[in-house]
Amino acid sequence: MLIAAALGLLLVLALLAVMFGAFARTHSLVYAGCGIASLALLVGGLRHLGVVEASPSLVLPMGLPWLSAHLRLDNLSALFMVIVNVSGAAASLFAIGYNRHLPEPARVTPFFALFLFGMNAVLLADDAFVFLTSWEFMSLSSWALVISDHTKKENRNAATLYLVMAVFGTFCLLTCFGTMAGAGGDYTFAAMRARELGPLAMFLVVLLALFGAGSKAGLVPLHAWLPLAHPAAPSHVSALMSGVMTKVAMYALIRILLDLRMDVAWQWGEAIMVVGGITAVLGVLYAVLQDDLKTLLAYSTVENIGVALIGLGLAIAFKGSGETSLAALALVAALYHMINHSIFKSLLFLGAGAVQTASGERSLATLGGLLNRMPWTGAAVLVGAAAISALPPLNGFVSEWLIFQALFKGPALPHWAMKFGVPVVGAFLALAAALAAACFVRAYGIAFLGRPRSPQAAAAGEVDWSMRSAMVLLALLCVVLGAIPVTVTEALDGVVQPLTGVHFAVSADLGWPWLSPVSSTRGSYSGTVLVMVGLAMAALTVFVVHRLGTTRLRRSDAWDCGHREDIPQSQYTGQSFSQPLRRVFAATLFAAREEVEMPEPGDLGPARLKVRLIDPIWLGFYVSIMVVVDFIADRINILQFLTVRRYLLMMFGTLVILLLVVALRQQ
Amino acid sequence: MTMAMLWQVLHILLIVALAPLVTGWVRLVKSRLNGRCGPSPLQPYRDLFRLLQKESVVAHSASWVFRAAPYITFAAIWLAACAVPTFTLNMALVPAADLIAVVALLGLARFWTALAGMDVGTSFGGLGSSREMLIASLAEPAMLMVTFSLSLLSGSTSPARIMMFVLSGNIGLSVSLGLALVALIMVALAETGRIPIDNPATHLELTMVHEAMLLEYSGRHLAMMDMAAMVRLLLFLALIGGVFLPFGIGLPGGGPAQAAVGLAAFLARTFALASLMAVFETSIAKMRVFRYADFLGGALLLGLLATIFHYVSEAV
Amino acid sequence: MLSHYSYDIAHLIGATVLMAGFALLYQRRLQAVLNTFAFQALALAAAAGWQAHVQNAPHLWVTAGIALVFKAILVPFALHWLVKELGIHRAVETALSIGWTMIVGVALVALSIMLVLPVTANAAALTRESLALAMSVVLLGLLMMITRHNAVTQVVGFMALENGLILAAVSAKGMPLVVEISVAFSVLVAMTLFGIFFFRIRERFDSLDLQYLETHRGDR
Repeated sequence: MLIAAALGLLLVLALLAVMFGAFARTHSLVYAGCGIASLALLVGGLRHLGVVEASPSLVLPMGLPWLSAHLRLDNLSALFMVIVNVSGAAASLFAIGYNRHLPEPARVTPFFALFLFGMNAVLLADDAFVFLTSWEFMSLSSWALVISDHTKKENRNAATLYLVMAVFGTFCLLTCFGTMAGAGGDYTFAAMRARELGPLAMFLVVLLALFGAGSKAGLVPLHAWLPLAHPAAPSHVSALMSGVMTKVAMYALIRILLDLRMDVAWQWGEAIMVVGGITAVLGVLYAVLQDDLKTLLAYSTVENIGVALIGLGLAIAFKGSGETSLAALALVAALYHMINHSIFKSLLFLGAGAVQTASGERSLATLGGLLNRMPWTGAAVLVGAAAISALPPLNGFVSEWLIFQALFKGPALPHWAMKFGVPVVGAFLALAAALAAACFVRAYGIAFLGRPRSPQAAAAGEVDWSMRSAMVLLALLCVVLGAIPVTVTEALDGVVQPLTGVHFAVSADLGWPWLSPVSSTRGSYSGTVLVMVGLAMAALTVFVVHRLGTTRLRRSDAWDCGHREDIPQSQYTGQSFSQPLRRVFAATLFAAREEVEMPEPGDLGPARLKVRLIDPIWLGFYVSIMVVVDFIADRINILQFLTVRRYLLMMFGTLVILLLVVALRQQ
Repeated sequence: MTMAMLWQVLHILLIVALAPLVTGWVRLVKSRLNGRCGPSPLQPYRDLFRLLQKESVVAHSASWVFRAAPYITFAAIWLAACAVPTFTLNMALVPAADLIAVVALLGLARFWTALAGMDVGTSFGGLGSSREMLIASLAEPAMLMVTFSLSLLSGSTSPARIMMFVLSGNIGLSVSLGLALVALIMVALAETGRIPIDNPATHLELTMVHEAMLLEYSGRHLAMMDMAAMVRLLLFLALIGGVFLPFGIGLPGGGPAQAAVGLAAFLARTFALASLMAVFETSIAKMRVFRYADFLGGALLLGLLATIFHYVSEAV
Repeated sequence: MLSHYSYDIAHLIGATVLMAGFALLYQRRLQAVLNTFAFQALALAAAAGWQAHVQNAPHLWVTAGIALVFKAILVPFALHWLVKELGIHRAVETALSIGWTMIVGVALVALSIMLVLPVTANAAALTRESLALAMSVVLLGLLMMITRHNAVTQVVGFMALENGLILAAVSAKGMPLVVEISVAFSVLVAMTLFGIFFFRIRERFDSLDLQYLETHRGDR
């Protein structure tokens, strides 16, 4: 089959990259091959989504002795294969040109192919063994990619933290699957679906799934590795880690909570919704405070995962309360958001990579004026920034609109916890969306507009064809997905139907271009019509203005109210732009303080403005855990330094206790 | 269907024709309250025409974003205004955008204006954009919470349906609606850049928010930006008037006579609300920038309260 | 229909009292706090008056009169004068920032709504909105007392709390001794104000002899 061939191709490409890594041309060819493999997988996924047929499955004689490897492609897997491989193909295309700028491409290329392989294999898994093996494969290959530039200390720290969190996540998922499978030893998903679980087991399953998959997706407070690891990896890999690997984690969550277990209680839905809301707000607050482009984008991923979790939580809450059509709406909204996020986040990360390639800088403090020097990159990243800020008529707005519509129906549920919780989560979501727009106005405005803040930024030039085309293709996808929302939601209907049991009723009585999920009187949106009418009105405006007035234009110096400021340092910097937001939102939570160090009179040095921030989750959660672990480790460390007699005493004591236990149980 | 399209086209033209007059009216009322004669209410038309004739001067460091932003901003706000009914509810574009889309279109306009402010690379532009995004980060959620409470009350997020619901009289004097009205007024003051948030007539750059982003604009670009601000004011006046006082508006299925009555009612309430706004602006002072958070945070919390209060009176 | 509107108007006036309670938490200047309190007392008088009209209970007119004369006019005037004469610091010192105070305020309103809803499930559903409003005003008054440092603002918080209790008392049909409760509370508040006054005088001048105050008057 096409999919098997493509996966095999990826393994072969990895091998080729290792063998011929010394030659410069190999890498571009390998990436081209990866792109072709991704496209093949994409076509396979789309074909499965388009045709209504039974899910093909495969049993391979590999793996554990009593359990062969089960693979299956159903609608949910096919959708996520589409998500993974669109960005995979774009990243591979980007890397054809980008790999020349990496310090050691031979450390990156083979693991990239393996990373793509691992992610696709997770989606195809139909039993716990294949799932966990592929999951680990994915984690380890991305770890190798994170540490590919091992000369910098922050990359090494990032890789260590990533490894710890990945192991923790896998451990939780392992225990989760074990609880679901029970003592029988049958780890196939079909067996897990059929089993009944008691309340304690259900509680453990959901909690472990949230910790395991949530740590990979970036749930607060398990997100701390994301902003360290995603920037450490090369840009095309960051695009995949942020845009796609987090979606594979969400796939795991959906698979466990909506497919393997059909009876998750509505209270879990509310808890997930609230955690999603908090994740969204905290993620974007962190993002607004960052100066490094890639760290900013990583925190923005945390925010968008929070938004998708709100949709997922709503779907579970609706399903648990019996409102299956509303559950379908919420789930479609969450899935649409995941599709959109993978596309525009990949686009933004590839843009950051292009900026870093062109200017060598990654920090907002040293960029500026790039739009005039890199027109294609600038235009594509502008589309990405507008899409992530949920502006019509792009795709980000459609998914936000759907989630809001699902939220506004939340009070239809009878539970008081939901009636009070949904408005609060709605306020969180609205706040996160508005702050995201502020964050990306800042990021785009400081990096691409204005005047260059460093000579490197002034010397930047446009990047080569492969990098440009990857970004432009993703930007076009953003526009297209925003203009045809009804087509996409109809395609998602097939995915949602087996999970919630009902079809997603879209545009019941209004017809194709109007997206009206619940009923036509409830509220409707038409991206297609808005785009057409908007373009017509803009054209009319331009025409009238040019007729009524003049088209003369003159270039001159900036007016700036009569103050001529020739130095580019007089512009707003990233920290200046975020100062009002910092004062208002971060003063208590992040203890944001500004200090001015004034030099003594007569001292010729400059005055310096310092911004102080703390990371409350790192200090409150991680450092506390590390302190506790250190304490326990110090106590247990005594065991390293006992005398020979004490070791013998320990062994003797253990033996006596076990014999006692046996003796007592025999009574 | 054709009647709906006709009303839609007339509505689009009415918005553009009326917006400068409403702004002129507000300026006249404020001048009279300040003890001055004031300019004629037709002055904004003359100002716009004059600006259109002038050459547009663009800085060397400006990019295409600077030149495109006025058109995109104006088109976005005009499009948003198309979805808010004024004299009749029977319009063709009503199903294309609901209140959430209106908020997002206003956000689109603000996004482009803020980028234009940062494009030339001056410090005043950054000042304006940064303050504008602070206001937006609180005003947008407040407006979405107002939409939430209106949708809880009326069962829809579409402005036309909400107005129809209020018109039908099922609502009584609801506390939830009152709180939503106060919150919407606070948001409208913030979004249209009126005192106490921003002084549209100030000359001091350090007190500017909206004007600071437009400092580099001249000629037809400045005319477009000014026009966009005027249409935004008319949008909010039409929204507040229509949702809370929709009496006289033309219903779906009504004929030209109903539309004419609707037009008279719309003009009456728009100018009345504009006068009230002018009186309010004259009676208080502009806030410090860091007090915006208290004001708009209050609007957000009022919106949240409006949603919560709905449950108390729901079972009644 | 008319009874429906009468309840709606009662709830609207009650909501005005609640909004004034929020506005009390929002202010940063002492004069503004006192003016807002006067407005709240005015709204309370309106509520009592409306209930007197609707319930045909003439003793509620007396309550409305007490609220109007004493709380909306006399006490704010007295406090304004106190602030000016004793030179009390004009800015409101808060223990918790205004943003967080408002968020806690909204949470308290949600709490009182949640509490009230199941309790009166059998009784007339219309009165539970009044109860929810009144309880919210009480809790907001308490919140004001605990998040403010200045004694004057704490007294205002106490009086706001008392406004909430009076609102609950007038909303319940046929509640006895409303007038007596109002008078008792008002006397208590007056005593508290006098207490502050005397304490400050003694602190400043080490004596309660009013003739010392005379030498500090501006026109001598």
